[in-house]
Amino acid sequence: MLGFIVRRTLWAIPTLAFVSFISFVIIQLPPGDFVTAYVAQLRNGGEYVTDIEEAMMRAQYGLNDPLLVQYWRWISAIIFHGDFGRSLEWNAPVSDLIWDRLALTLIISTLSMVFTWIIAIPVGVYSATRQYSFFDYIFTVFGFLGKGIPDFLLALILMWVAFIWMNLDVGGLISPQFEGKPWDSAKIINMLSHIWIPLVVLATGGAAGLIRVMRANMLDELRKPYVETAYAQGFSERTVVWRYPVRVALNPFISTVGWALPALFSGDVITAVVLNLPTTGPLLLQALKMQDMYLAGSFILILSVFTVIGTLVSDILLAWSDPRIRYS
Amino acid sequence: MTLEATAASGEPEVKGREEDLYTAKPWTLIWWRFRKHKLAVASLVFMIILAITAIFADFISPYTPFSFNRLNTFAPPSIVRIIHDGELQRPFIYAVKRKRDPETARVLYEEDRKKVLPIEFFVKGQPYKFLGLVETETHLFGVNDRKQEINLLGTDSLGRDLFTRLLYGARVTLSAGLIGVAFSFVLGLALGSIAGYYGGWWDSGIQRLMEFIRSVPTIPLWMGLAAALPVAWDPLFVYVLITIILSLIGWTHLARVVRGRFLSLRTEDYVLASRLCGASEYRIVTKHMLPAMTSYIIAAMTLAVPEMILGETALSFLGLGLRPPVVSWGVLLQDAQNLRSISLAPWLLSPGIAVVLVVLAFNFLGDGLRDAADPYGH
Amino acid sequence: MTNANTTLPPERLLELKDVNVQFELREGTVRAVNGVSYHVNRGEVLGIVGESGSGKSVTVRSIMRLLPKNTSRDDGSILFQPEAGKQIQLDGLPSKSRKIRELRGDAIGMIFQEPMTALSPVHTIGTQIMRTILLHRNCSKKEARERAIELLRKVQLPRPEQLVDNYPHQLSGGMRQRAMIALALSCDPVLLIADEPTTALDVTTEAQILDLLRELQAETGMSIIFITHNFGVVADIADRVAVMYLGQVVETGTVDDIFYNPQHPYTRALLQSVPRLGQAPVHRLKTIPGMVPDPFNVPKGCSFNPRCEFAVQGTCNVEVPPLVRFSDDQQARCHFAGKLPEEVA
Repeated sequence: MLGFIVRRTLWAIPTLAFVSFISFVIIQLPPGDFVTAYVAQLRNGGEYVTDIEEAMMRAQYGLNDPLLVQYWRWISAIIFHGDFGRSLEWNAPVSDLIWDRLALTLIISTLSMVFTWIIAIPVGVYSATRQYSFFDYIFTVFGFLGKGIPDFLLALILMWVAFIWMNLDVGGLISPQFEGKPWDSAKIINMLSHIWIPLVVLATGGAAGLIRVMRANMLDELRKPYVETAYAQGFSERTVVWRYPVRVALNPFISTVGWALPALFSGDVITAVVLNLPTTGPLLLQALKMQDMYLAGSFILILSVFTVIGTLVSDILLAWSDPRIRYS
Repeated sequence: MTLEATAASGEPEVKGREEDLYTAKPWTLIWWRFRKHKLAVASLVFMIILAITAIFADFISPYTPFSFNRLNTFAPPSIVRIIHDGELQRPFIYAVKRKRDPETARVLYEEDRKKVLPIEFFVKGQPYKFLGLVETETHLFGVNDRKQEINLLGTDSLGRDLFTRLLYGARVTLSAGLIGVAFSFVLGLALGSIAGYYGGWWDSGIQRLMEFIRSVPTIPLWMGLAAALPVAWDPLFVYVLITIILSLIGWTHLARVVRGRFLSLRTEDYVLASRLCGASEYRIVTKHMLPAMTSYIIAAMTLAVPEMILGETALSFLGLGLRPPVVSWGVLLQDAQNLRSISLAPWLLSPGIAVVLVVLAFNFLGDGLRDAADPYGH
Repeated sequence: MTNANTTLPPERLLELKDVNVQFELREGTVRAVNGVSYHVNRGEVLGIVGESGSGKSVTVRSIMRLLPKNTSRDDGSILFQPEAGKQIQLDGLPSKSRKIRELRGDAIGMIFQEPMTALSPVHTIGTQIMRTILLHRNCSKKEARERAIELLRKVQLPRPEQLVDNYPHQLSGGMRQRAMIALALSCDPVLLIADEPTTALDVTTEAQILDLLRELQAETGMSIIFITHNFGVVADIADRVAVMYLGQVVETGTVDDIFYNPQHPYTRALLQSVPRLGQAPVHRLKTIPGMVPDPFNVPKGCSFNPRCEFAVQGTCNVEVPPLVRFSDDQQARCHFAGKLPEEVA
């Protein structure tokens, strides 16, 4: 087991180097560069910048160096100083912008994931053990709808319903009057009145898919001979189902916990945009639209790092939960 | 020593329908099995109708997608009726009167119960080029009136007919899905068959890559790639690039299916047999292995289309994908982005409903095909 | 039909009378078990032979009350007498009832065909055995673990102290089947049902497992219902044999009766299709003509008549043959039982 973890961790290092390089290439991809955008911004502001000044700036920032040199400068600043560069649009260091939004994103994503699991696993197990029952059909329809309805549409509809019938203004996470105020009970209550919509949207979308997966896994497992063996030992149905097939059917879920990590970080971008949530997603979108490349690149880098770590965590969890993989 | 072998070694006695069952070709069996899946058949019919509607969108839609009408903004959907003054009539709509709410100054539309506008077929309207070839003015249906319009799904902020735009958008959205799947099919088939056929180092490398792509949240990745496209490029070129971007991420699913089939087929006795007969690798792959997985690939491709469609819709919705003047469902949904416009004109959400229907239809279709893909299984 | 009031003789452990099981499938109704009667005495090994689809597995599942959900008919009488004088009626018990659950794994143990998949892949062998012991016996976890090790030793697995913490996939097929036997024996059952336990194993392992079962049987005095499609295995282990065809027992008798004096044409045909020492050299073994009819439309009259070389039209394809009794133990379901021409050896 230890050897497995070490081997996998070592594997992750070249992968990390690779994805960071790709992130950097993405930053460089659009025509023009940091200085072009910056100068354009200055000119729009009415300042006069000559081409020579522009070229000097380019030299100052080392933008004429080969790509690999630039990459090394960028990545070493991040690794050794935690310096992700500056956001042009916000005129602030990238790291100042990211971290507080990140915390909020993590709270919302984690909550919604927990809700998703709490809903999906028992429902999936129920649907599989009572296949073709009335509730199984209901859940199946729900599952299909959840798969077919894009998240943003669900968010829009819920927002509209809340607005029309409950007269709630549910955009954002806190009402404007609480913005910038210290956290007290009133503000928390206010936030709770907003947070349910993103949670419902995210949990519904997620649960619909998970129920289908869980049900399919369970149906596969319930047919396996070891289930009959367990019944032949005299265990009650509930004991059999929850101790044996559920345990096996959960393996793929346990393995996806790690994969959920990057998703937790990015949150659901579209839902966040529609609901106007102060999470990382809308910031990334804005950065991409404005070609604020250091901000966007940092996002992509952090996302990729989370993905690699998540895959690592998944592999380790899967090996831990499924002895067949551990010893192979 | 075993009974099973001895007992089964007699001559088979089969008659009638059973005989058909034994002699039927694989595709016939697949079709028989698919036919049992009612929802999938219904979805197939729906998709065929939709495809025809999209192809002939210019003829079927009563207007052209860019003809705006300042006096008809945010008009609600026209209600098609058949009873006027208690009498049965051919389908018609009432004319509408444009008013302004005296307090809020908002535009209101009110039906004029006296003026009946019968829906007529093959009416003359705005000129267009039928299938881009023949210049014509004939539309499938419409109302014969200079000022009044029939808006089955209402109009948008510029008074453009949403039904018309929805049909034109179907062309773009559906074809983007199909082309994206075609690209990812090429990628997935190539990489999946390399991984499954050669195995070993190739397999683990491609597997890791697939795992990685799958674990990156798709939307930010799409966004990252889409944002790299310059704003100023030709919309048609952007459209092609967007589909390529969608397929760059979508191929993993197909590759996994192909790889899995290759792995299981590689060890089949008949493949070994053809190898023993001295067939070339190329012949084994193309003549013996690929035909055995065609049905699986078709099913997997069908299931991949809705993801592409959702991807296009999401990207365009966010303003990173297709941009106006291109009309796609995602672009249409940009109008429905905020609470104000939805509460003012809920019909702007109708492209969303179209997306849901198409995604569901593809899913049902794919599920049916997947169940039917292995006609010899149980 | 139920004979709940019958009292079993003390030597009788289990008695089935006229058991019927039907399944509802999309294609129609399957009459899987069609009036099956047999019995098992204490300390006896009953071999049940039949082709796949003959209903042998379904019959024992109806003893265990482990019939699938699509069962539409399930009747007849099944009486079980774990100790003399204590008689339990199993027929009609719902699968989930407490009464049958208390018997499963305790008084009745069961071994399955696929040792590869019949054990949970994510629990250690020890855990699986301990859970059964803890369910039926009032003991501590430590005692259960010791008992599990004891059981693994009993089924002659090497290093039982280590194996107890191993997962099934770390064991070979034969070892897994031994572990499965240990699981079935964890609460000293009086009846062990073995559903083709050696089919998935190679011939040498099969012989070892049969040896083990015989030893265990002699040691504990339990009864075994041994299901197989292999006559050789039956000859090796069984005291009495029941031959099944299309959901019916066509012939029962002691091993010697069945092998040396088969009365049903089906039994005869089966035996002739198996090579035997001392047999006159022939070029080909005999086969049974035709295929097993599909279970949705079982032939009228005697279900074997379309494939029977002795069938007489007008009798065999019209009337259901009666059960003809020959000796204390041998019975055959054939119109011409006892009147068949002598076998050409």
